[in-house]
Amino acid sequence: MIRTALVASALVLCLGGFALEAQAPSDMSRAQPALTGDSALEAQTSAIASQLRCPVCQGVSIQDSPSELALQMRGVVRDQLRAGRTPDQVTAYFVSKYGEWILLEPKPRGVNLLVYALPAVVVLGGLGVVFLAVRRWTKQPASGGSAGE
Amino acid sequence: MNWNRAFIAALIAAPLIALFAWGFTRDPNSIASPLPGHDAPTFALEVFAPGQPPLARPIGDTVRLADLRGQVVVLNFWASWCLACGDEHAILTETAKRYAGRPVHFLGVLYNDVPSAGIAWIARMGGQSYPSVNDPSARTAIDYGLYGVPETFFLDADGRVAYKQTGPVTEAGLTSIVDSLLAASTSSKRAGRGL
Repeated sequence: MIRTALVASALVLCLGGFALEAQAPSDMSRAQPALTGDSALEAQTSAIASQLRCPVCQGVSIQDSPSELALQMRGVVRDQLRAGRTPDQVTAYFVSKYGEWILLEPKPRGVNLLVYALPAVVVLGGLGVVFLAVRRWTKQPASGGSAGE
Repeated sequence: MNWNRAFIAALIAAPLIALFAWGFTRDPNSIASPLPGHDAPTFALEVFAPGQPPLARPIGDTVRLADLRGQVVVLNFWASWCLACGDEHAILTETAKRYAGRPVHFLGVLYNDVPSAGIAWIARMGGQSYPSVNDPSARTAIDYGLYGVPETFFLDADGRVAYKQTGPVTEAGLTSIVDSLLAASTSSKRAGRGL
């Protein structure tokens, strides 16, 4: 029983660690200082730039990339916001040029739903396997002990 | 019991293997562009490298896409720091010469580079038959959804993006696309006259 509780605790800690790791980059991007005096515009620019994939990088947003193209794309985001476009219109502009590939988080529809559903299915499956293994593991010594008595 | 386990393992592995096999058939560098079939993004960019007669345009001249309506446009994004751009340079410059006098306009667009470096690169390459324009802040490049260089966009006579080539062009590919766009333009003109 104690062993089962220990295994379950370790599992929860592991999952918690993954969750913290997944959150870290976005927290870092939020912590970046504003580039100009207009902090509201910069905050909005950063929020949109964090959602757009850098075309010349590997899985990095244009907010987090130091590349020249990412810097120029952030400039486009800023200029369009300054011109009165809404965040959705700015994002739609980049999608119209690069396709949905430009979005770091694909929209949850059609085949994209697999991206959201598969991890949950795999985690649930993994938890099931761990549960069955732990149950068998904790049952075996008990049955061995009773046989010995 | 072992057969059951083997069956379950195969059931899990089969879709994964199929997914990986499908992945190997795809080029990770080739990302579909949403632009083909749509109106080409407009631009007005200044010439920094004039090209050679009869395709030359004066330095400082502004090339506007709107002025090229009715012509097939071959828009090649390049940079002096791009190695693959050197591989296609001779093909582009020679093909542009061959189409001189026909309704085809070749235009180079300098991407994330300085014009002086671009001019030096053209000289090292032995010249460029068609003009090149500068794209400050890569605004036109972003408008065309550029991933890198070289990339070449083929615009039809109606100002729509017909094809996009990622990476260096080949002579056969370039000629075949330009010829097909010229043929389409001629047939649409004939159809227009017939109406």
